[in-house]
Amino acid sequence: MKIINIAFAFFCLISLNAQQIAKSTYGTFLLKGATVHTITKGDIQADVLIQDGMIKSVASGITAPANAEVIDVSGKHIYPGMIDAGTTLGLVEVSSISLTNDNNEIGDLTPHVEALTAINPSSVLIPVTRVSGVTTVIAKPAGGLFAGTASLISLVGYTPDQMYAGFKGVVLNFPSSGKRGRRDRRSDEDIKKDTEKAIKNLDKIWTQAEAYAAMNKDKSIADYNPEMEALKLVVNGERMLMVEVNKKDDILTAIKWLKGKDIKAVLTGVTEGYKIAKEIADSGLPVITGPMLAVPARAEAAYDASYTNPSIMLKAGVKVAIRSDDTENVRNLPFNAGFAAAYGMGVEEALKAVTIVPAEIFGVADKYGSIEEGKMASLFVSDGDPFETKTQILNLFINGWNVPIESRHTLLYDEFIERSPGLNKK
Amino acid sequence: MKYIIYTILMFCCFGAFAQETGNVLIKNATVITVTKGTLENADVLITNGKIAKIGKGISAGSDTKTIDATGQFVMPGIIDAHSHIALDAVNEATDPSTAHVWVGDALDPFDVSIYRALAGGVTTSHAMHGSANAIGGQCETIKHRYGVMDPNELRMVGAPRTIKFALGENPMRVHGEGRGIVPRTRMGVEQVFRRSFSEAKEYMEEWDDYNSGKTKVPPVYDLKKETVADILKGDIIIHCHSYRADEILMLMNVCKDFGITKLCFQHVNEGFKVAPELAAFGAGASVFADWWAYKFEVYYSTAFNAAILLRNGVVASINSDSGELIRHLYHEAAKTQRYGGLTDEEALSLITINPAKQLGIDDRVGSLEVGKEGDVAIFSKHPLSVYAIPQYTIVDGVVRFDINNDPADMRIDINPEDEVSTFFENTKHHDHDNCMRDAMELFTEK
Repeated sequence: MKIINIAFAFFCLISLNAQQIAKSTYGTFLLKGATVHTITKGDIQADVLIQDGMIKSVASGITAPANAEVIDVSGKHIYPGMIDAGTTLGLVEVSSISLTNDNNEIGDLTPHVEALTAINPSSVLIPVTRVSGVTTVIAKPAGGLFAGTASLISLVGYTPDQMYAGFKGVVLNFPSSGKRGRRDRRSDEDIKKDTEKAIKNLDKIWTQAEAYAAMNKDKSIADYNPEMEALKLVVNGERMLMVEVNKKDDILTAIKWLKGKDIKAVLTGVTEGYKIAKEIADSGLPVITGPMLAVPARAEAAYDASYTNPSIMLKAGVKVAIRSDDTENVRNLPFNAGFAAAYGMGVEEALKAVTIVPAEIFGVADKYGSIEEGKMASLFVSDGDPFETKTQILNLFINGWNVPIESRHTLLYDEFIERSPGLNKK
Repeated sequence: MKYIIYTILMFCCFGAFAQETGNVLIKNATVITVTKGTLENADVLITNGKIAKIGKGISAGSDTKTIDATGQFVMPGIIDAHSHIALDAVNEATDPSTAHVWVGDALDPFDVSIYRALAGGVTTSHAMHGSANAIGGQCETIKHRYGVMDPNELRMVGAPRTIKFALGENPMRVHGEGRGIVPRTRMGVEQVFRRSFSEAKEYMEEWDDYNSGKTKVPPVYDLKKETVADILKGDIIIHCHSYRADEILMLMNVCKDFGITKLCFQHVNEGFKVAPELAAFGAGASVFADWWAYKFEVYYSTAFNAAILLRNGVVASINSDSGELIRHLYHEAAKTQRYGGLTDEEALSLITINPAKQLGIDDRVGSLEVGKEGDVAIFSKHPLSVYAIPQYTIVDGVVRFDINNDPADMRIDINPEDEVSTFFENTKHHDHDNCMRDAMELFTEK
């Protein structure tokens, strides 16, 4: 009887565990026998040794250190963790419930508000995302003109500091001359006026920021002014300006606006980049574009305009990273890249656009974006091409943590594929 | 002379509904029939808009367009059981029950979304009323005959009538929160149905009494009650917007009480929780591949929903509810292989024969079988591959999308001189509220 009780208690324990995500573990791991898609150094048959959070070694026939957990991954594939260069992950939980939206502060001049402050490490959306092989994302504010400071985060950890992955950028929503949506009833003339006014306002703020930066060059002597302190970093070239701009004319205006300003900048969105790919290439500005899985912004645009956009820009010589621009479905980043690959970009370049290219844009290519010795161990094992829809992600490591392939979605599947009790209570 | 008169007469009689049909021979393809296996190096012949032959070495006359599909994949035209494309209006959001209105009165054959859907292999869609009302308007099953000018020519004539119902947050938000009337809760939503069904039942009895001579004065004709009475008679299939398990069970119970059996749930994000009950009722479930968390009632979701439903015996389909997703339903269906490991045939059934069953048109479309309508999609690779690119989409034997013949004027150019008005910001963001089109405008004043 006692045995039965113990067995029953043990059974309950297992059932209970099934309701929560298993813990990530840290240690030394040897992944043996996979095809390693290094991104920067080709595809090789090799073992990968993970130690102290880093990729310690990539070579064939590595001998396992005494304390290592050896994982046989022969016949499988290892890829670097994908980087989504633009998301709202961690900032928005349920988009229709405004009190769960921490991405849109009030005002046109809020460059000082920090995404990293409001990221919820326990967001249910984070495990759902990372089990797709997306290990690192930009969490970006979306509010007014200077919307706030975006952060690159790794999708493991329980505090924002544990998640922070070494890059911050200030988001500028460049004034748009497009319609805001179907309900925007402004006339062409009104839109033109609004746009001119918005650019004038932008110029005014920028002039102030430059003056502030000059006056407070070495240390701040002015009164408390967090907005200008945040912009000072941009003016001084210490922090990147992420310029969200989508319509052809607006992209050209933005390029002109950035010209002559000695700052670090990246164009984001760039929906109509395909129309002016050469001009963008000539500007030397890198681009973060996406999603591909989006309807074209104009009724008369080609049906596949959003699929072909990254490839057209790439071929013109633009450095292109791909983003999902999503919240709950950042897991679709590989599928966005897959469509870009199919529509002209090719798999190899599309892979770079979600790994090494964004890492280079954000200045973290020494840590992320490829499988090389000395980089952070953010990588995953799959049974095939991660862009292919049916591919399964089998193992996941983020900054050396062995993260379980579990999320709300997998747990609900486990519980309900054969519901118990079923139709009858018995 | 007699011949001419007959011809003119024929045109008078059938002209309004005479659909253009064509002849096409597709050669040397991998033919995925969905219901009868997959054939390698096979041909498909469509004659007068119907599938005439499937097999090897088929030849046809010179009046038949031949497509060399060597190395390519042919599948049945994709069917979307939930969309709002080709519609000028979606929501008559003025009353908890608007059974009398019909989106078929608001068809727009010029909507470029039809062409974009064709470019994703979709040949048939269910143009639905929105979800603002517990009992919404009647819907229209359309074929994507992009290029026709007459709205009537979009209709899939003979397809069963359908009506939109809606549970949960949308009718609660519009009527309870927005207008201060029932329903503000899921309890109230139930009573909208029970009242409507009961009143329609009484209405039918009043007519029966009048028709049998029991009463002398006819009841006042009421189109709303007529429509609900047609639901009770089984002449209209209910397609119900729903998310939570409790409300799904509620509507099944209400339907049982009124003897209604033709029921298909839409979205049904928590359908996986009550899959055995759905299967036992025989209700369909038309779901998103992976949409979730955009509102609270879809927070407890799983992308494994379709797989769980299918494996529990529910007739399940994957729908778009979106001018974006409808462009790649083949990819949405493939997600059930990542989330649930469905076979190729199971995954493809979710966007072909199963939505056809849910719309009551599975005897006409949804698989490649001799005698069925000539609706076909041709892909460069297996349609469940992320790298597949649609090549041709054929409706009734007429090529409506050809990747090699895609001139700019296939799309409507509103005003080529006008840079400003035609660019829309935020098209890249999924609009999760397509079901609420025309309804949210009511709240912008607040």
